[in-house]
Amino acid sequence: MMGFQVVVLWSDILIWLLVAAGVGVGVLIAKTPPLLAAWRRVGANRVGMASATVLLAFILIGLLDSLHYRAQLESKPGQKAVYAIEVLSVLDALAAPLRSRNEKTYSAPFATRLYAKETIDLPGQGTVRDYPRLKHGGKHLGEREDEVAEDAAFTAFKAGVLAFIGWLGVFAAVATVNRKKSPKLKLREAAFAWDAVLLTLLLILVFAVPLFWLSGYYHVFGTDKVGQDVLYQILKSVRTGLIIGLVTTLVMLPMAVLLGIVAGYFRGWVDDLIQYIYTVLNSIPGVLLIAAAVLMMQVVIDTNPQWFSTAAERADLRLLALCFILGITSWTGLCRLLRGETLKLRELEYIQAAQAFGVSSWRIIVRHILPNLMHIVIIALVMDFSGLVLAEAVLSYVGIGVDPTMTSFGTMINNARMELGREPVVWWSLVAAFSAMFILVLAANLFADAVRDAFDPRAA
Amino acid sequence: MLAYIVRRLLYALPILIGVNLVTFALFFVVNTPDDMARMQLGVKRVTPEAIEKWKVERGYDKPLMFNSGANGLSTVTETIFFEKSARMFVGDFGRAEDGRDIAREIGNRMLPSLAIALPTFILGLFVTITFALTLAFFRATAFDFWGVVLCVAAMSISGLFYIIGGQYLISKVWRLVPISGFGDGLEAWRFLILPVLIGVVSGIGSSTRWYRTIFLEEVSKDYVRTARAKGLPETLVFFRHILRNALIPILTGVVVVIPMLFMGSLLTESFFGIPGLGSYTIDAINAQDFSVVRSMVFIGSVLYIVGLILTDISYTLVDPRIRFE
Repeated sequence: MMGFQVVVLWSDILIWLLVAAGVGVGVLIAKTPPLLAAWRRVGANRVGMASATVLLAFILIGLLDSLHYRAQLESKPGQKAVYAIEVLSVLDALAAPLRSRNEKTYSAPFATRLYAKETIDLPGQGTVRDYPRLKHGGKHLGEREDEVAEDAAFTAFKAGVLAFIGWLGVFAAVATVNRKKSPKLKLREAAFAWDAVLLTLLLILVFAVPLFWLSGYYHVFGTDKVGQDVLYQILKSVRTGLIIGLVTTLVMLPMAVLLGIVAGYFRGWVDDLIQYIYTVLNSIPGVLLIAAAVLMMQVVIDTNPQWFSTAAERADLRLLALCFILGITSWTGLCRLLRGETLKLRELEYIQAAQAFGVSSWRIIVRHILPNLMHIVIIALVMDFSGLVLAEAVLSYVGIGVDPTMTSFGTMINNARMELGREPVVWWSLVAAFSAMFILVLAANLFADAVRDAFDPRAA
Repeated sequence: MLAYIVRRLLYALPILIGVNLVTFALFFVVNTPDDMARMQLGVKRVTPEAIEKWKVERGYDKPLMFNSGANGLSTVTETIFFEKSARMFVGDFGRAEDGRDIAREIGNRMLPSLAIALPTFILGLFVTITFALTLAFFRATAFDFWGVVLCVAAMSISGLFYIIGGQYLISKVWRLVPISGFGDGLEAWRFLILPVLIGVVSGIGSSTRWYRTIFLEEVSKDYVRTARAKGLPETLVFFRHILRNALIPILTGVVVVIPMLFMGSLLTESFFGIPGLGSYTIDAINAQDFSVVRSMVFIGSVLYIVGLILTDISYTLVDPRIRFE
C-alpha cells in the first residue's frame, strides 16, 4: 500500500466550497415555492436537461481533478516517509496510463508510428530513414500494424455494447422509480425531462466508454509536440475551464449583490459613490484592464518566488488571481442590473409597509429585497459561464491568461497554433481542443437559455 | 443641445480622473518602479546601480505623489504621478521601451486599425440585421428554429477557431489571399478582405440572436396590430414599420463601440500582422512595456466615454420623448 499526502490547493478549496454552496442553495430552493416552481420549469425543459447532463459530466471530471495528493516515494523501512514533488490528482491516478505513456513527439490519432521520419539503426543492416514505431500506441498489435482499423472498431464495439448494457441498468432503475411514484404516467410524460437525460446519458456513455477503453491501446486523439497524449490534456483542461467559469462568478457575486442593493436601496451619496466606482471600472476596456492587472500580478509573483513551494501552487495562485481580475472587470453589469431592480422594488407597497412597521433596513434587504432579486442573480451566473470559458482561451493566447505550465484549452490552442503550417498538417490537438471547448460552451449556453426562460417572467 | 453636451463632457472628467488614478495605482503602487526595473533588466543583470540607472533613464526616480525635496508648485509637479499619469490628459504619453514617442506611434497605427475595424463593423451590422430580420419574418417556423439553433452553435465556437480555421482554409489550402501582412494604399485590400470576413462571420451568432429578440419585441406591439388591421401586407408592415422602429434600439446600442473602432482588435491584428493599435498592445504586453499598456488603457477609456456620450446624444436625437434636461 503506497502512502500519500493530501495536498489542498486554494482552487480546490474554492471549488469544493462552490459544491457546498450549490447544495446549500438547493436546500434553500426546495423550501422556497416560487424558486422551486422555476426550477421545475427548467427540469421540464428537454434541451435544458440534456445540456445539464453534459455539464454534469464535465463537472464530474473537474471535481475528480480537484482532489490533489503527493504520492509517497519508495523508502527503506524505518526511514521517514518522503513524498514526490509532483502534485497529482485523483483524475491523474485514474488516467495513469494516459499520463505516463508519452511518445517522442507528434503522432496522429490511432497511429502506430511517429509523425516524422527518423534515422533508425537496424542491427546488422545499417541505418534506414523511416517512421519509427510508437512506444505505446498500438503496441499490442505487434507486427500486425495494418489491422488497426479492425482492431479499433472491434474494441470500440465491445466497449459500446458494455456501455449500452450499463445504460439499460440505469434506464430500468429510473423507469421502476417513476412507475412507483406515478403509475399512470409514461416516462416521456413525466414532469421531469427524464427521457432527455437518459438519451444524453446514452450518448455520453456510448461515446466515452469506448474512447477510454481504446485510449488504453492507442493515442485516440494523437500526441502533441512533446509526445503527451492529447486526450489527457483535454481532461486536464476541463478543470481549468470550470474554475475560470465558476470561481470568477463566485468572486464577483458578493460584491455585485451587496453594492447593487445598497446603491438602489439607500440612494443619495451612497448611490452616487457606487455608481462612480462602477462607471470608472466599466470605462476601462476589459481586455486592457485584465492585461494591465495580469502584468502587474506577474511582477508580484516573479519578485516573490519564496511564497510558493511547488510549481503547481504557483500556477494555482496565478489561476485564482486571474479569476479575481476577471471578477473585478465583470461585476459591473450585474451590479447595475441589481441597482435598477432594487430602485423599482423599494417603491412597492409591501416594502413601504415593512418600513412603516419599523423593520430595520438590513432586515428589509435580506428578507424582502434579496429573494426577489434571486432570479437576476441566477440568470447572470449561468449566462456568464460560457463567456468566461471562451475568454480564458483568448486571454491565454494573448499571454495574459493562466500560467503556461497549466493545461487549459487556451494554452493547448496556443501551443498548437503553428502546427497547421506544418507539412503534413498536425490538426489533431487543435481540433480536439476546439471540439471539447465547443461541447462545454454549447451545453452551458443551452442550459443558460433554459434557466433564463424559466426564471425571467418577461421572456416569451 | 450645446449646453447638454458640455454638461456631459464635464461629467466625464471625474470618471477620467478615476481611470487615471486606477491605472496609476495599478502600475506604480501595487509594484514599485524597483520591481519593474528588476523585471525588465532580468534576473542576471540586477544590481542596485542598474536599477537606479533604469529608473533615472525613464524618470521613475522621483517620489510617487509628493516631492518634499522641492519648493512651491514643483512639490506636486516633480513626481511620477504628475509626469507619467496626469500628463496623459494633454496627450503626452512619454516614450516606449524602444525609445519611440508613444503618442506619435499611436497616431501612425490608428489608420490600419480603422481600415479593419470600420468595414467589419459596417458589414457586420448589415449582415446581422438582415439575418435577424429574416428570422423574425419567418418567426415560429422550422426555419426560425434552426436559425436560432445555428446562432447558438455559432456563439459557442471560440473566436480563435474562426481566425485559425479561416486562415488555414482560405489562405493556405485555397491560396486566395495572403495569410498575413499589410500593404500601403489600394494594395491593402488583399490583406484586409480575410480579416474583415472573419470578423463579420465570428460576430454573426450572438448579434443575430440579440437583434432577433429586439425585432420580436417590436412585432408584438400595438401599432403593428393596427397596421395589420388596416390591411397592410405583411412585407410592408415589416419593412416600413417594424424595421424602422427596431433600428432605433439597435443603432443607438452600437453607437458606444464606434469610437472604440480606433483601438482595433487584439486578436485579429496579431494573427494577421496588421500594424495597428491592437498588435501594438499585444507586443507591449509580451515585451512587458508598461508605459505603452498604461497609455492604451487610458486611451481606451477616453474612447469608451466618448462612446457613452455619443450614445446619450443619439438617444435624444432619435427619441423625442427624451429631453435634454
